[in-house]
Amino acid sequence: MKWFISHDTLRSPFQATIERHCKERIGHCYQCGKCSAGCPIAFQMDYLPNQIIRMIQLGMEKQVLSSRTIWLCASCLTCTVRCPREIDVAEIMDYLRRCAYKKGVIPIEETEIPLFNKIFLRNIELFGRLYEMGLIGMYNILSGEFFKDMALAPKMFLKRKIGILPPRIKNSKEIKKIFRESGRLGRTRRDKLLHPKLIFLNISRKIIGKIERFK
Amino acid sequence: MRYAYFPGCSLHSTAKEYDISTRAVAEALGIELLEIPDWICCGATPAHITMHLLSLALPVKNLLLAKEMDSYEVVTCCAACFSRLKIANKIMREDPEHRAGVNEIVGQDYKGEVKVRHFLDLLVNVYGLSNLSEKIAKKMDGFKVACYYGCLLTRPPEVTKLDDVEEPHMMDDIMRAVGVKTVEWPYKVECCGASFSLTKTDIVLKLSGDILQMARDEGADAIVVACPLCQSNLDLRQPEINRKLKKKFDMPILYFTQLVGLALGIEPKKLGFDKHIINPAKLLV
Ligand code: SF4
Ligand code: SF4
Repeated sequence: MKWFISHDTLRSPFQATIERHCKERIGHCYQCGKCSAGCPIAFQMDYLPNQIIRMIQLGMEKQVLSSRTIWLCASCLTCTVRCPREIDVAEIMDYLRRCAYKKGVIPIEETEIPLFNKIFLRNIELFGRLYEMGLIGMYNILSGEFFKDMALAPKMFLKRKIGILPPRIKNSKEIKKIFRESGRLGRTRRDKLLHPKLIFLNISRKIIGKIERFK
Repeated sequence: MRYAYFPGCSLHSTAKEYDISTRAVAEALGIELLEIPDWICCGATPAHITMHLLSLALPVKNLLLAKEMDSYEVVTCCAACFSRLKIANKIMREDPEHRAGVNEIVGQDYKGEVKVRHFLDLLVNVYGLSNLSEKIAKKMDGFKVACYYGCLLTRPPEVTKLDDVEEPHMMDDIMRAVGVKTVEWPYKVECCGASFSLTKTDIVLKLSGDILQMARDEGADAIVVACPLCQSNLDLRQPEINRKLKKKFDMPILYFTQLVGLALGIEPKKLGFDKHIINPAKLLV
């Protein structure tokens, strides 16, 4: 792959913004690659974690925010504890995802992960505690994988591991307030929580995948 | 010993046996666990990768609920809740800017004063391993276990302050203290795929498959965990791992509290041994 780095990208404030928000010194990275060596998900990523750090140094905001890597990172913190320059790589990945949410950058691949996160949060906002049936059902419908894990559900019921009815707690008003206020203070638009484009992309990808397998 | 107990969502559903066995062990050892009334979800991974303030406000709300109980120490079992509560506490103590934001959201003043402990920590550092050994009622040397710690129990060390990051040994210590044999193996802190269980199942199957393989190669008869997510990825998905990766694993995945309970002479039924997908019956004879 060829990258064109221009004056503009090199002078972009991307690195400085991240450094200020995460309180990390990205400039300290000397590209030893230790973060990527230990990363359990590296085999699926398009750019390795150390490459992401380098791309930030070069101001390549667009490529970084639309990469698959930031969504595939499992927040396992292996990179963070091993970096010899004490850079919290996992926190930077977190920041990049939040940044992508805020700017509305929707990944072309790996759409399942942002979709899942949003359904999860909506679930908590509604019930206060995780309602597994609601989460799995909603996720299956919106992601286009209608029968995913259907075989597991009866076993889980029999072992009384998931309930049919949502949990009920008293302070649901306060929870809604926490979500509303966090959205306001963090300047995250919560009406985008279930973005139609995200759902559409997801379902269409799943259906295309099924047709191709069928062929 | 009285503590405010924060079970978390998983322990009320997919990890019921962890909850049951923790309460049983606590009771047998004379530790009083009072569940925080109306606790809410800590937000887990989806919160901290979507909205930073939310991921702090949810745990802080719970800590405030615990504070109202007049209990200045919270005990939790879930590794993810533990990590979220600890991180929230640290930020509330050290970062005035976020503290102001979160205090505005929850409408109360909080400075990170409620202490948070993992149940492992409570057993090892408060109750004490030698006291635990004295209580053994049942011999359990017929099998060997691999202790699996996963990501969030020990990382980042400056936040969790629990154990060695690369070579943790707390669970191994407990197991040996109650007379269970452990194996040395290199995958103690590998990642199981964590919250990708529903979204990127293939990744989970590969990573969890590797962990199962390594445990078997090192001669373990079961894996012992302290995290509900690790347990469900390794146990619930094991039949699928066998199918997709063409393996024949039959590896029970147990919570450390279940084995401690067994050693204390508590009946297996009261420890939730019937709730596993991979039947652990062969270890119980
Ligand atoms: S481990 Fe740290 S210094 Fe090394 S490449 Fe990764 S971020 Fe850079
Ligand atoms: S936190 Fe993300 S980038 Fe770092 S090692 Fe884990 S999966 Fe890889």
